[in-house]
Amino acid sequence: MELLENTRLLLSGNEAIAHGAKAAGVRFAAAYPGTPSTEILENFAKFPGVHAQWSPNEKVAFEVGIGASLAGARVIVCMKHVGVNVAADPLMTFAYTGVKGGFVLVSADDPEMHSSQNEQDNRTYAKFARIPMLEPSDSQECYDFVEYALEISERFDTPVLLRCTTRISHSLAPVALREWKDVPITGFEVDIAKYVMMPNWAKPRHQAVLKRLEELRKFTEETPLNRIEWGDRKIGIVTSGVSYQHAKEVMPEASFFKLGFSYPMPVKKLKEFAAQVEKVIVVEELEPFIEEGLKVAGIACEGKKFFPVYGELNPSIVQKGFAAAGLLAEPSMDVASPIQVLPRPPVLCPGCAHRSVFYALRRMGAHVFGDIGCYTLAALPPLEALHTCICMGASVGMATGVSQVQGSKRPVFAVIGDSTFLHSGITALLDAIYNKANVTIIILDNGITAMTGGQNHPATGKTLQGQKAPAVDFIALAKALGADHAETFDPYDFNASWETLKSAVKRPGVNVLVTTRPCMLFPKKLKDVPYQIIAADCNGCGVCLKVGCPAIARSGEVTDKGLAIPVIDDSQCTGCKLCADLCPVDCILLKSDLGKHTVVA
Amino acid sequence: MAKVTGKTGNKLKNKTKTDDTVMNILIVGVGGQGVVLASAILSEVALSAGYDVKKSEVHGMSQRGGVVSSHVRIGQKVHSPLIPNGQADVILAFERAEALRWVHELKPGGYLIVNAQKLVPPIAVDKKYVYPEDALEQLKTKVNNLRVVDAAEISERLGNARLANTVLLGALSNALKIDERIWREVIGRRVPKGTAEANLKAFTTGRSR
Repeated sequence: MELLENTRLLLSGNEAIAHGAKAAGVRFAAAYPGTPSTEILENFAKFPGVHAQWSPNEKVAFEVGIGASLAGARVIVCMKHVGVNVAADPLMTFAYTGVKGGFVLVSADDPEMHSSQNEQDNRTYAKFARIPMLEPSDSQECYDFVEYALEISERFDTPVLLRCTTRISHSLAPVALREWKDVPITGFEVDIAKYVMMPNWAKPRHQAVLKRLEELRKFTEETPLNRIEWGDRKIGIVTSGVSYQHAKEVMPEASFFKLGFSYPMPVKKLKEFAAQVEKVIVVEELEPFIEEGLKVAGIACEGKKFFPVYGELNPSIVQKGFAAAGLLAEPSMDVASPIQVLPRPPVLCPGCAHRSVFYALRRMGAHVFGDIGCYTLAALPPLEALHTCICMGASVGMATGVSQVQGSKRPVFAVIGDSTFLHSGITALLDAIYNKANVTIIILDNGITAMTGGQNHPATGKTLQGQKAPAVDFIALAKALGADHAETFDPYDFNASWETLKSAVKRPGVNVLVTTRPCMLFPKKLKDVPYQIIAADCNGCGVCLKVGCPAIARSGEVTDKGLAIPVIDDSQCTGCKLCADLCPVDCILLKSDLGKHTVVA
Repeated sequence: MAKVTGKTGNKLKNKTKTDDTVMNILIVGVGGQGVVLASAILSEVALSAGYDVKKSEVHGMSQRGGVVSSHVRIGQKVHSPLIPNGQADVILAFERAEALRWVHELKPGGYLIVNAQKLVPPIAVDKKYVYPEDALEQLKTKVNNLRVVDAAEISERLGNARLANTVLLGALSNALKIDERIWREVIGRRVPKGTAEANLKAFTTGRSR
């Protein structure tokens, strides 16, 4: 590995993985966007001589990756932790067949659920699939570990899990870069006994997996990725990932066993380490993965007794843990307590086309089964018009389930974004149609994967690497699947939208309604002529304030009856006209029309 | 504004190989204000000045009006990307209520630079949620080293409201003993093409106040 002089860049963990993959000769990468993993592919896609793609979902991304690997290309496939659940089916059996070109699955976990629906610990998947796992602790390790992982993958004929967390993926740190390596693609070769997992061939492959695991158990004892940093022998800390950094900061004098290759664990080396320290403490986020491994190996240690099994760690929490263990003084108590300041929850953007749909659903008193995306924010006040959120695509199935048991006396809707629908809503729609449900599915089509920062998908007409692509026609798709009714509607026309939704409720069978307005942020920021409130005409009813638009606030002035008169912020208003459509006294006018309006004093 | 003369500030200036002091800077604001870019520029400045640096924040909600906070840690060797509770040497707040939300993270004797800007969240249409109109007064009672910068007013005077963040970086640069030339070099490189001169002027203005 040639080190490039003077190329020390500040990179996030995700950027570093992308650079590391390019340097290691990765030719193919696939993913579905998901925080905190998205930027890996966005950055990798910019390199010359690589194929990088968004797939409709993680399972497909993984399978396309398997194909590229069996063709001999080095491959990375990236996803957030819950994405691995979607890809778990091919993962569990790809662990049997093994690879040709090195194959690295990057799982970016989200302890603390900064942007996720759960905080599952995906280290468990390494053990479940019996595949090796590497855990980087900073951006430089993200960069370096990709190549290690690929070499391990090829040497031991196995997919490798590279497990990051939000604070690794989204922290910036300096990285020294190497020259790019060229790894040729060797081509697919038939090997039925290895690649056709029917029982007669899968059985010997399972034995191969177990044999491979024994070899990996030897390798993990030797790899420099697992290292001891000797310090004070009173305390021996076993740790991995970002937890290593927190612990190192809090206990700089202690002895450390830093696991970079954390499954299978180097049990012998750990036993030797434990024998030379008075007390072994395990510092890890979420599950007691390392701790249980040590205990099974008969190594006395403590961990989750002092550190939480939920949320992410930080130096303060780690310090408290060591204090609870009696190994450190209590953190000083002169830390000020937080001042209660009003919350500032994220909101739908000004002009977001989702807003009018949720306003209408709320007014209708509907039961709304939601999904994963920006529109999940509609659960929050003031809209409060979304009632469930489980996982990608669940909205359609859940609304169908309610309909099948006639479990709601209210109108029942599923709402799902365009990208989420393509990810895993299509099969659920097929289920609703096939099983003759009475349900209305609204595809909130804003033409982009918005929540994760504006990624293309199969209905945007463009690929990750900027090439033109066919765009899915949602109406044609719904009809081809056999939907009873499918139509588009313009969410910027509130009255027409209201009628469309009302008539769908009355219509039996499966209705598919598709919105037609683009996202206000992606692919480019949109803004039209703003609206303005004629204060003299305002009756203070407050309807426009209840749509939750960040551009509308109280002006501080009041009507004769003492009711608040709102004001529209020019710089934020995009001219979507929802407030004007809802205003009962028509006092919200397009700013460019104001000259034509006679103000009656 | 008084220069940082406290223990941390001096140490950052006179670093030695064995010095394990870490300078903690917390940049906070509202999604869409440019907190993430500002902390990226600060991090690059620190790297160019020869320090180890780590920066951490949470993406995802940052463009949708939520609370955004970015941790920047600078030193000879930085381990954790997160600032321990109550250990920020400097807080740069892009909005006054956000300064109040985060002020408990400031170290005793630390510096708070607050943009005078007021952004009332949409949730305040519900009377249950009251925007702290007296945020600056409250901050004055809590922080000795408080610097209020009216970045909007300054940038408008400079002829472009988009320069506000660079004005704030200028004010922040005063609290850190890093060569001004490094700041100017990084800002010149990082801002959109054709705006370098205006941004450098905004930086100087923020720094001189």
